[in-house]
Amino acid sequence: MTQPLVRPKRKNPLQRTRLPLSPQGVRSRTAHGLTAAAAEGRFALQVCLDCDAVVYPPRDACPSCLSARIPFRDVDPSGTLIAETTVQTSTDPYFRERTPWRVGTVKLDAGPVVVAHLHGDAVEGARVRLELKLDKSGSAVAIALPEKDTPNMADDPHLREMTCDPKFRRVLVTDGRTPVGQAMAQAFSDTGAAIVFVGLADAWKPFPGLDGLRKVERVEIVPLDMTDTESVTEQAEQNGARIDIVVNTAEHVRSGGIVDRHGLTVAREEMDVRYLGLMRLAQAFGPILRFRGADGVNSAAAFVNLLSVHALMNWPTYGSYSATEAACLSAAQCMRAELRPGGVKVLNVFFGPLETEWFQTVPPPKVAPATLANAVVRALRQGTEDAFVGDVAEDIRQRLAVNPKALEREMAS
Amino acid sequence: MTSGATRKSYDGVVACLPVTIPYRRYSTNSAHWWIGRALHELTKRAGLRPKDIDGLAVSSFTVGPDTAVGLTQHFGLSPRWLDHIPFGGASGIIALRRAARAVQAGDAHIVACVAADTNHVDSFRKTLSTFSRFAQDAVYPYGSGGANASFALITKHYMNTYGAKREDFAKLCIAQRDNALSIPHAMMKRKLTLDEYMSARPIADPIHLFDCVMPCAGAEALLVCREDTARSFNLPAVRILSTIERHNAFATDPMQVRGGWALDAGELWSMAGLTPEDVDFVQTYDDYPVISVMQLEDLGFCAKGEGPDFVRSHTFTNDGTFPHNTSGGQLSVGQAGAAGGFLGLVEAMRQLTSQPLGSQVPDANSCLVSGFGMINYDRGLSSCAAILARVA
Repeated sequence: MTQPLVRPKRKNPLQRTRLPLSPQGVRSRTAHGLTAAAAEGRFALQVCLDCDAVVYPPRDACPSCLSARIPFRDVDPSGTLIAETTVQTSTDPYFRERTPWRVGTVKLDAGPVVVAHLHGDAVEGARVRLELKLDKSGSAVAIALPEKDTPNMADDPHLREMTCDPKFRRVLVTDGRTPVGQAMAQAFSDTGAAIVFVGLADAWKPFPGLDGLRKVERVEIVPLDMTDTESVTEQAEQNGARIDIVVNTAEHVRSGGIVDRHGLTVAREEMDVRYLGLMRLAQAFGPILRFRGADGVNSAAAFVNLLSVHALMNWPTYGSYSATEAACLSAAQCMRAELRPGGVKVLNVFFGPLETEWFQTVPPPKVAPATLANAVVRALRQGTEDAFVGDVAEDIRQRLAVNPKALEREMAS
Repeated sequence: MTSGATRKSYDGVVACLPVTIPYRRYSTNSAHWWIGRALHELTKRAGLRPKDIDGLAVSSFTVGPDTAVGLTQHFGLSPRWLDHIPFGGASGIIALRRAARAVQAGDAHIVACVAADTNHVDSFRKTLSTFSRFAQDAVYPYGSGGANASFALITKHYMNTYGAKREDFAKLCIAQRDNALSIPHAMMKRKLTLDEYMSARPIADPIHLFDCVMPCAGAEALLVCREDTARSFNLPAVRILSTIERHNAFATDPMQVRGGWALDAGELWSMAGLTPEDVDFVQTYDDYPVISVMQLEDLGFCAKGEGPDFVRSHTFTNDGTFPHNTSGGQLSVGQAGAAGGFLGLVEAMRQLTSQPLGSQVPDANSCLVSGFGMINYDRGLSSCAAILARVA
């Protein structure tokens, strides 16, 4: 039985902040196939296309038939925990301050034997299921969970090291003026976040949903203008040290392409809100998040980017918008490298056209703001790094994997 | 798995001149320094000039970036036969059996087999994290408990499967400590009591402190040559009756309960013309006591799963029944990296030539030495063994 997490007391300001450390994240290039699966919350191992053997640890040839055709494929994660131990003495500084630490040997039904981290409710001799997670180093590890969900299982300290569960964490939603921002505030409140700061620029300007936003439990509206460096810096100075998850909901959606658009005004605004806004946020909040990556139960955990799936492939109908989103995606990759020393994840959530006024002319299927918000919360609880929300996003992801050139042509029609 | 062809005997080839450079817990010297001390000791005691050594086998984890080739220039040797055998606990016997064939075939006249490692204050952690690709990808990120954690899982599973108790492992550890009490350079030479063993701090359950070897710096070495060559240098020697070597045996066992010895022990005994009852003492590779128990089973001293009962029915001391790890093994002497794979072999040579560092096993005429090494992922991959006898 997992002990439910106790809401952390206010931090003693005289106490030293524990600095973040990481387990060893170096992997062979092949082993990063596991990282790719973990980033999306899938359980994939190498499977031999010639003899069907399931292969682990990752190799460059099949140990049954020596075939080199061994791609990563989703496989059955169930197995039996055949032996466990509790590491009391570790040579690695990260684990040294986290011992005792349980690990065990899992015999998968699919064949191979996996040395794995153990959830507290996974017991020797019992059936378990493995999940791949990104640990604080950003590389994939396997953790054995009990076969069936148990009460409070997300609160397990080993598991929580690998997720960004919002429970008892403090969240900043950068723009509450949009339906997505409001849905996000509601979703984080519902999932047990300790406080949800919601940013508003020009608070005196009325907007639909303000009354509803004010009624959401544990929401605190704060001044924040994503196009104003001073405003962003000020907010970070005010609340940065007690914000554990940043969710950037600032949006700027206009239709129109590149050639057939007059002038740069819209593009400049777009870049100011989205790309430069992201940079303002990253520069103001990033260093504090990275410093607080191991700061107790409510340590800094994640920076969430909401990205149009057209960041991955331009949609000429919204051509300039797509390009701006692509710029944000590239910035997010840089931020991953920069925030990794703190163990802070950068979660990119790719969405298809939203059920909002700016996509009014776009035919369905579209993504409701609440669906997007719930997907963000789910991804944080799972600890993934890339999530795709809605049928359009999933469709584009799959087509991109098969033939990017075909997708490029098809987006134009 | 066997080819059907019989193995040729090692008639006329011997091992001689066991050398130990006394161990130190930490050393600021390099592995090269330790290898140099061992080579110097070999040449000095044999009365050889360095150029008389025309074969060299080197085992070391910490000699990087050099391999055996670079060491020839480093030490001014010009061998016509050279081997690099960084196989950890399997290094000694594998060096011996390769060198013996080289001498037998005339490719080399005198082969120096040397194993040495240094131990800087942080070298153990670095060795663990980069030990193998599988260790890097699939073991070290899981708690970074090193070999202790991996063998804890193997030990736990063995206990669950065959009913071994911590007291059984204690018996081997305590007997080895008794054997080490007269070894001058042993890292640990204070008597170990059952109470101390049982109440020692846990390292990775069920492994506790006295189940673990102490990493240290040191070197072991020996010569392999023809029997008449050894006689001409007036060096007491031991005969090689048989040897085996195997890697990655029983790969589909979900958890290691046996090593490659179980596959090859029949040939080992038949080639030597002996049975397990015939040998006078045994040196197993004792990185953890459960591995010693597996060796006793797999090499035919008792059946699989009877290890715990076998342990309960012997004393394992040099003056008792079934003398085992007669210098105290790595658990008492320390583990100087790859030199740990030579420790039992060198000690066996001393016993069989009546030149022990510590106490002498009575009537020591033949023995079995076994090696085990390289926990690449979840199990040790390399197993080997040799049966040696006193030159009549």
